[in-house]
Amino acid sequence: MKMRNLLILGAGTSGTMMANHLRKKLKKNDWNITIVDKDETHYYQPGFLFLPFDIYKPKQVKKSIDKFIPKGVKLIREKIDRIDKDLDLVYLQDGSKLHYDILIIATGVDIQPEEVEGLKGDEWYKSIFDFYTYEGAKQLRDKLRKWEGGKLVVHICEMPIKCPVAPLEFAFLADSYFINKGMREKVDISYVTPMDAAFTKPIAAKELGHLLKEKNIKLIPNFNIESVDSDHNKIIDYGGAEVEYDLLVTVPTNMGDPMIERSGIGDDLNYVPTDKATLQTKIKDNIFAIGDATNIPASKAGSVAHFESEILTENILRYIEGEALKSSFDGHANCFVETGHGKAILIDFNYTHEPVTGTFPLPGVGPLRLLKESHMNHMGKLAFRWIYWNMLIKGKHIPFVSAEMATAGKDIDKVETIVDKKIKETTTIH
Amino acid sequence: MTEKIYAGTPVSCNDEGYLNDLEQWNREVGADIASEENIEMSERHWEVITFLQNQYRNEIPLTIRKVGKSGVVTIKEFYSLFPGGPLKKASRIAGIPKPVSCI
Repeated sequence: MKMRNLLILGAGTSGTMMANHLRKKLKKNDWNITIVDKDETHYYQPGFLFLPFDIYKPKQVKKSIDKFIPKGVKLIREKIDRIDKDLDLVYLQDGSKLHYDILIIATGVDIQPEEVEGLKGDEWYKSIFDFYTYEGAKQLRDKLRKWEGGKLVVHICEMPIKCPVAPLEFAFLADSYFINKGMREKVDISYVTPMDAAFTKPIAAKELGHLLKEKNIKLIPNFNIESVDSDHNKIIDYGGAEVEYDLLVTVPTNMGDPMIERSGIGDDLNYVPTDKATLQTKIKDNIFAIGDATNIPASKAGSVAHFESEILTENILRYIEGEALKSSFDGHANCFVETGHGKAILIDFNYTHEPVTGTFPLPGVGPLRLLKESHMNHMGKLAFRWIYWNMLIKGKHIPFVSAEMATAGKDIDKVETIVDKKIKETTTIH
Repeated sequence: MTEKIYAGTPVSCNDEGYLNDLEQWNREVGADIASEENIEMSERHWEVITFLQNQYRNEIPLTIRKVGKSGVVTIKEFYSLFPGGPLKKASRIAGIPKPVSCI
């Protein structure tokens, strides 16, 4: 039989997991596996949240990409020019082309500060920062070390964003950071969001909204930014509302890779139209997508990519065998939300079930408590860095945590009626 | 679920005042809802409403960004036509569900 080619675009969290899963499953005599990425460094992106506060050191959040690509998978370090879906070809920037039988798009998202007028001007990395990139998080750390206080504005430009709880966690951690430095009274913290509450899911939004109040963080909802006036230190929304800042920490618009646009296959944010249950793209049957690169209505987060990777692996095997794909991805997400002072909240949810209270991962036992602040949850978050580097991206199964969300141990009955009602009102919108 | 009287006829609405069924909508109903939002409808308003309804019928999710890129109305004008929360208010007047920003 002729050798066939499986090509993975992107060696981040999703792409690396897929390379590890599939190399174990596909016969080396039948299938070549190739992965393409222009970068040399694999970042532990959840760690970017801790860098600005000197909780993590830079070296704890980066390792070489090569280290995680298994034997038997060819890594090509080159920029991707575009996909030609009709010819089953991917063109690289150096002019070479790769033919594939199956393509997996795992090119993720990146921030695009240029999308908002005035954001990436002279004040970028002076009084305006992001913490979604390694560079931004490090620059912000240096700024915070010497900042003497004033108005700190934590801000989201537009949804969807990668790890939607991260900006909230940033606000909580900033509160602890300035308390520990003995200067909390010199800092006025606001949380400015285009959403109408602190979070997208109503029950968690209520719980997290309380925490904002408790920590004296002002919530400014429904703010759709039009521009930044960095001469007068203020952000302005389309309705004319203004918020002043001394230090602006923003999450710029998140967009898929420009390669998606060059290939003519994305939506207006360069996300790839993808079936939310099977992860097959709507572009062509032999193209699949995973992680942040897709347009599915699930959180853009590593935990989601992890759950997706188990289902996508099975579906690719089914596709090769000519069997029907398994429609089982349920949007499962599992996130630790840092709330400051050595505590965290754990949330576990999917397309249809909101985050609720209960125990995790063992029903009735825990040891982690859902949607409640605890030190144990914080330890879980810190332990997760080890799990990420040693298990998750290597494609090892994490004990007790299945790809499909479990409902046992959760106080779902109490909220089911409210949730049902909310779901009925909800059209999944991106 | 409640029933409200708009333009002299009973219309089924959810708790937040959004129509449950676009079939029950007509311009008079829309104009009545608009007046509750303190908006006086002009032809320009109706052009935007028609666009939103067409998007909804074609199952295209709506975001402020998409409306702004549609060529029908700029984001700035969208805000001036429906001050406050333009997409939420315009959706209510258009008789389509409240848009929910994603996860």
